Parts: sequence; C-alpha cells; structure tokens
Amino acid sequence: MIPDVSQDNGLATYNFAYLDEQTKRMIRRAILKAIAIPGYQVPFASREMPMPYGWGTGGVQVTAAILGPDDVLKVIDQGADDTTNAVSIRAFFQKVANVAVTTRTVDATIIQTRHRIPEEKLSAGQVLVYQVPIPEPLRFLEPRETETRKMHALEEYGLMHVKLYEDIARNGHIATTYAYPVKVHRRYVMDPSPTPKFDNPKMHMSPALQLFGAGREKRIYAVPPFTDVVSLDFEDHPFAIQHFDKPCALCGADHVYLDEVILDDKGGRMFVCSDTDYCEDRRAHGHAGEMLAKEAAE
Amino acid sequence: MYVAVKGGEAAIANAHRLLADRRRGDRSLPAITIDQIVAQLALAVDRVMAEASLYDRELAALAIAQARGDMIEAIFILRAYRTTLPRLGTSEPLDTAAMQIERRISATYKDLPGGQLLGPTFDYTHRLLDPALLADAPVDEPLRRAADTGPVTRVSEILREEGLIEPDGELPPDHVTADLTREPLDFPMTRDLRLQALARGDEGFLLALGYSTQRGYGRTHPFAGEIRIGEVEVELDVPELGFAVSLGRIQVTECQMVNQFHGSAKAPPQFTRGYGLVFGQSERKAMAVALVDRALRAEELGEDIVAPAQDEEFVISHSDNVQATGFVEHLKLPHYVDFQAELDLVRRMRREFEEARRASINPEAPREAAE
Amino acid sequence: MNLEAEALTGGFAQPVFNAQDIFRMVMDGMARPGTLKQVAVDIDPPAPLGRAAGALALTLCDQDTPVWLSAGIARSAVPGWLAFHTGAPQTREKAEARFAFGEVGLALSSFGLFATGSQEYPDRSATLVLEISNLETGSPLTLTGPGIAGSTVVRPQGLPESFLRLWAENRTLFPRGIDVVLAAGSDFLCLPRTTKITVKEN
Repeated sequence: MIPDVSQDNGLATYNFAYLDEQTKRMIRRAILKAIAIPGYQVPFASREMPMPYGWGTGGVQVTAAILGPDDVLKVIDQGADDTTNAVSIRAFFQKVANVAVTTRTVDATIIQTRHRIPEEKLSAGQVLVYQVPIPEPLRFLEPRETETRKMHALEEYGLMHVKLYEDIARNGHIATTYAYPVKVHRRYVMDPSPTPKFDNPKMHMSPALQLFGAGREKRIYAVPPFTDVVSLDFEDHPFAIQHFDKPCALCGADHVYLDEVILDDKGGRMFVCSDTDYCEDRRAHGHAGEMLAKEAAE
Repeated sequence: MYVAVKGGEAAIANAHRLLADRRRGDRSLPAITIDQIVAQLALAVDRVMAEASLYDRELAALAIAQARGDMIEAIFILRAYRTTLPRLGTSEPLDTAAMQIERRISATYKDLPGGQLLGPTFDYTHRLLDPALLADAPVDEPLRRAADTGPVTRVSEILREEGLIEPDGELPPDHVTADLTREPLDFPMTRDLRLQALARGDEGFLLALGYSTQRGYGRTHPFAGEIRIGEVEVELDVPELGFAVSLGRIQVTECQMVNQFHGSAKAPPQFTRGYGLVFGQSERKAMAVALVDRALRAEELGEDIVAPAQDEEFVISHSDNVQATGFVEHLKLPHYVDFQAELDLVRRMRREFEEARRASINPEAPREAAE
Repeated sequence: MNLEAEALTGGFAQPVFNAQDIFRMVMDGMARPGTLKQVAVDIDPPAPLGRAAGALALTLCDQDTPVWLSAGIARSAVPGWLAFHTGAPQTREKAEARFAFGEVGLALSSFGLFATGSQEYPDRSATLVLEISNLETGSPLTLTGPGIAGSTVVRPQGLPESFLRLWAENRTLFPRGIDVVLAAGSDFLCLPRTTKITVKEN
C-alpha cells in the first residue's frame, strides 16, 4: 500500500515525508558516513523545515530521510508522548507520510526523542533519533567552529578535562548534570544532546542504532549498535548518575528518572516517572506507587 | 488524584483554531486578498522574497497573510516551501548593466552617463501621516518617459577605466556557484557564498552591523558609488540547445559601495568594493549588505580584524533570522528533565555550602548528619 | 537490447519507496557490519552491474556525487544507465569520486587513490561498492568492531587478493578511510572503516 500524501491544490505540493528526494539522498549519505565514523559530526546541508529551528528540525530531517511506509513511529519530549511538541511532530509525520504511530516503546521501529532515552531497554532493529540543539561538546569552551574542528581532528580534548577538573576543584564534584560529554569508540568526544546524565549508561553497547540530528547547526552524528560509549571522568572522581530518594509515586519504579511535580503551594510535591509509557505499562501490570496505594486504601 | 498532563493534541488543535480566528479578525470586514498584498504591500512582499530566497510575489503575499503580517514568520513559511523544490539548474550571472532601470543614483558623481533617476523613493517624502489614504482618495498616474535603450554603465566601470578601483573578482572558469542551501557551511567562506548568506540575512541585523562599521567598529570609509533598482533578465544555459534561454525578468536592487583604502601588505592603495544584491526593491538591505561585505573582506585585504562586522564566523552564524528566532523561541519548550537535574545539583551544593558554613562558625562542634 | 534502450529501462518502478527500502538496508548494513542483505526490488541494471550494486547507485547517487567506474563497467551500458537514472557525473579520477563501483575480479593495488577524507573532515571519503562472486562460500573471516556484538563471521568468495592487506592499512588511517560494500548479484554486506577483519582460524 502506497500512502498518498501529495496535496495538489495547484499552488504548493509536497513529497512523501515532506523532503524532496535529492535532500533525502544528501541526508542519507551523511547518515551512512556518520555510522562509519562513530561520534564524528558530519556537516550536512540542513533544510528549512516547516517547524522552527531549535524545535527538533535535525531529528525531523533524520526521521524523514529514513522513514518508510512500514515503520511505526514514537515521538517523545522530556520522556513523554503527550508534550505539545512531541504531539506536533507526531502529527506532522502522520500528515506528510501517513505513518503508523505508537506510544509504546517496544512497538516502535523509530523513536524520535528530545532529552530522554526510554527506560525500556531498546532492541536490535530499533532506531533512536535524537533532537540536538548544540552538537558540539566543546562549543561552550570554544565558540569557534574552526577551532573546535581542529581539536577533534587532533583528538585534543584537554580543554574538556580542564573544565571538568575545575568543577571538581570548586565544588568537590563534576557539576554537569545533563548533556554530559561522552567518548565514543575511544576516539570522538560527543555531546549526547541534553539528556540527563542518568541516561548516559544506556548509550553504551545499546543494541539499537542511535542517530543524532542538529538542524540549525547542520550536523548529523551516530552511535552504531554495540559501540563503546564512556562518560568522561577521572579515576578519583568516577562518573555517577543521579539517584532519587524515593520510587515513582504512581508506579513504584525504582532506578528510573523522575519528574518533580508541584502539587500545591504549601510545599507539597511528588516524584513520578519521566517516561510516561514506562509508567503506564507498569501500572497496567499492577504496580502501584505510594500515591496510588494511598488512594486505593481510601 | 494526580493525573499526568494529557490532551496535548486537543490543546494544539484548539490553539490553531483560535489562531485562524485571530488571523481573519472581524468577519464583517472583507478578507484581504493576495492580489491586494502584492500590489499594496509590495515592499513587505519584497523583503519576504529576499530573505526566503524565493522570487514569487504571490506565494510571498500568501505567506504574509498567513503569518498575520509577522515578517519573520512569513519568511519562514516561504523558506520551508522553497526547501522542498528540486534544483533544476543554475542561471547565468545577472547582467545588471543591462537592467531596465527604475531608480539609479550615485553619491560619488554629480552627473554621469545614464543620469540620476530618483524613481519611487521615500527619500524626500516628509514623514507626515497622510489622512488622504483613509478616504482612498484618487492617486495620479505617474509621469512616463520613453524608455532608455541600451545598457547604463556602472559607476564601478567608470572608476575601473582609470585603474583606481580594484577589478571585479574573477572566479576560475570551472568555479561552481556555491549554494548554502544545498551545501553544508564551512569557514572560511568563498565570497559568493558569503554574499548569498548576506542576501538572505536578517535586514535588521545587517543594518545594525553596517551601522556599527560607520561608527568606528571596523571602519571601511564607504561611498555609495551606485544604487540601482530595476528589472533584469534571468537566463539559463541549456547545453542541449547550445544557448541560454530566458526564464523571465525579476526586480533586484544592487548597491556598489566604493571604499577608500590606504593599502596594506597584501593590496595597493586603491578604491575597494563592497557589494550588495537583493530581490525586489530594498535599498536599505542592499546598502547594509554592501557595507558588511566590505567589512568581511578584511582578511583578504590584509586589514586587522578588530570588530564584530569583520568576523565572518560571528556574522554569518548569526545573520539568519529563521535560525535565530527558532533557537531563541525554543526556550519555550519544556525543559523540565534538564531542570530537574539542575535542581538536584543546586540542592546538593546548597547543602554542602551550609555544612561548610556551619563548620567554619563552630569548628569544634561535631559534624551533624547532613540529612 | 541495444545500449541506448538498456540505459533507459530497469530503474526503480517506485523511486520514492524503493529508494527508502534500499537505504534502510544499507543503513542497517553499515550499522551491523557483515549482515547479509538481499535486494528484492525488481530492477535490472545492465551487466556487469549487479542488482544490489545497481540499487545502491539508484538510492545514493545524484548530481552531487561524482562516480568512478572500473574499466569493465565503464565499457558497458552502465555509464548511460547511471547517467539517465541518477544524473551522477562520472569521473576518471578516483580521488574525486564519492562512490566507486568495481567489477568482479578487479585488481586492486591500493585504496589510497580513493578519497579517504581529511583529519578535519573524515566524512569526505569514498564508498567503494565491490562486486565479487558470492557472499556465502568463501573461507571464513571474523569481523569485530562497532555494530557487532562480540564477533561475526562472513564468507565472501572472490575478494581481490590484496583486499585484507589494503583493509588493514585502511583501518590504520582512522578516522580517515574508505567504506566498502561487498555486492554479489542481489546480495550485499557492508564494511564501514571501523570493522576489523581477521582470518578465522580452523
């Protein structure tokens, strides 16, 4: 079945998955080189997309270039399927590619994400597409592209270590909590996009293919499946992820990333899973956190 | 009980519906037509065409109407359409000497071959609100004269005959015209690529940068050698035919700045050039582009790079208003996952700070448990 | 069929969806080096270009990608077919090529003449699509590297004699280097520059 998505009103028409074929080829070639050089940022001629730069245009271009009629697409923002921008991007692909969509991580063949990696372990054959605002991990240390490109070429990452070490000297620990830099395949220092460092270990040796698209900054990069991804650290200050004191108030999950929700203006707050699909699935399987248990008792 | 926020889909649909209502406004008034926008808001249409890099008045007018008059939004809509169009070929260079001129002025000569033509300019209007427009009073037909035939020599040619201005940059014969909408950006840029970036750059940003060079941040000693507005022929070379065919005429504004230059280790004393060419009638933009173009040639001409307008990576990376507006406005998107990570860190650092403070006030006291 | 007619037929019946289908196979193939892929799309490139190699060309090549063809391919109807279906310019300079297509039995003395990219831009490098006899009956080779859980074994038959030595040299250039697709009729497998190849013992 070939979905018919062209809308011919005589004035403006668009191709399947919005991008023209020449653009798709250009992006596809960039993706292949990105996979061949794990963690290296491939420059690509990013197109204007019908959503603003900074709102996921890189991820959307990558998804549009790989998406086919048999795919099942999941889109998350902050871990949730129902945040407005995730809804908007999902609707875009339904409109221009007539693609099947899901909120269930296990059912998706392509997952486009902003700021989270699903809690559910990904499997071989799945593709995780990250939306990336600033792909260059060295950018805040050196604003010039000409300079940072040289540093990557020479594998000269001293500046990054100095920055992390200054954190330790000042605070006693590394003060980077998200977009925490990683080293890929023992060669390139890479920005994992602004995911919390909690998610960094999930990138290491993942069975899924991870693609990163930065539209405004015109870069595509990748981590192939089963590839070394190591968070930068020091022997005496090893990398550690965030820990939450309590489990999810709704599903009781431990070892997951939680959102803090303010319940009233008297300091009442609760912590719930940031991954909404994971949380719903656990509740459907009978797990109940503190908040649900309390209500059941009442 | 607490229910996770749902209903994003319905909220978006309702927001779009409300937006459509606000765009249309009072239904008792007739809807503005695209033809009216093309005819009566022509300079808005020109700006949208220029910064969207797409010469199509109808589509630009449609974008303006759809964007409720928000120019950057309109530019964005038109660009998002342009980007989906296939590239069929590259036109021959425009011959602006053969322009059908509507306006042409030079600030460097009192009179010159082809003359000074004011054309449809705001320059000497007094900026007094005109109540006659409220009553849609009849407007006189313009005066007409017989069209000039033959090309009008550019001021730069006149100077060149004397050998006082640098020659037009010659590109190697096999040079393929650069296109930043098709090729990834790479610094340093070739001048054709830079001029393309400037031509579609934000008018306000380039205006401010051009202005900064006049105020001493990278002075370039400019004279407005010539500004011309009019129609030029666009031709495409078709190898199968063996000659170029005309695709039609477009209106452009061209500005050639003539910049005094004392010479450097790399170049002799002479007049140098700054160049600006944009779609439609947009003198302010063409002049700003010409000023910034010249400032950005600092490296090539062996000048010290001391000001923002001379810094290619800074100027070009920040001149695109569609990119800039996207990234500034993306701060509206939820960031609570990252914010949670930062909350956690700040709480922890505050705890450590308080502990350290307490310990320094009372160094003898045993350390309390932190929690 | 004469050369000209051959050049105009045998492309994708549904260019948008066929190209997407093939691309996903190549993407997965590069992400999981050594995985056998089979092109089911019905295309008919002129000999000696195999179906898999032809499908790759239709999927990835266009006006922006100069293509190098080995002598046997360059003499066939393939140049006309590629020009008609992809518009890709053909070059005799290996260094200019983004994609290179080699026929069965091609003698390879070096990869060095193909673009390997620069230290700053290692992506500006060639992808070599090399036709060999088959991918199933050769002596076993062990692959390790990114994309491979532990190791995997492939059995390409008819690799150029120099291939393993050239590949080892290619790996020492990392992050520079070329990437290779081994094609045999409708089958292909990918070898990105990160993949280490060793001759399997016993």
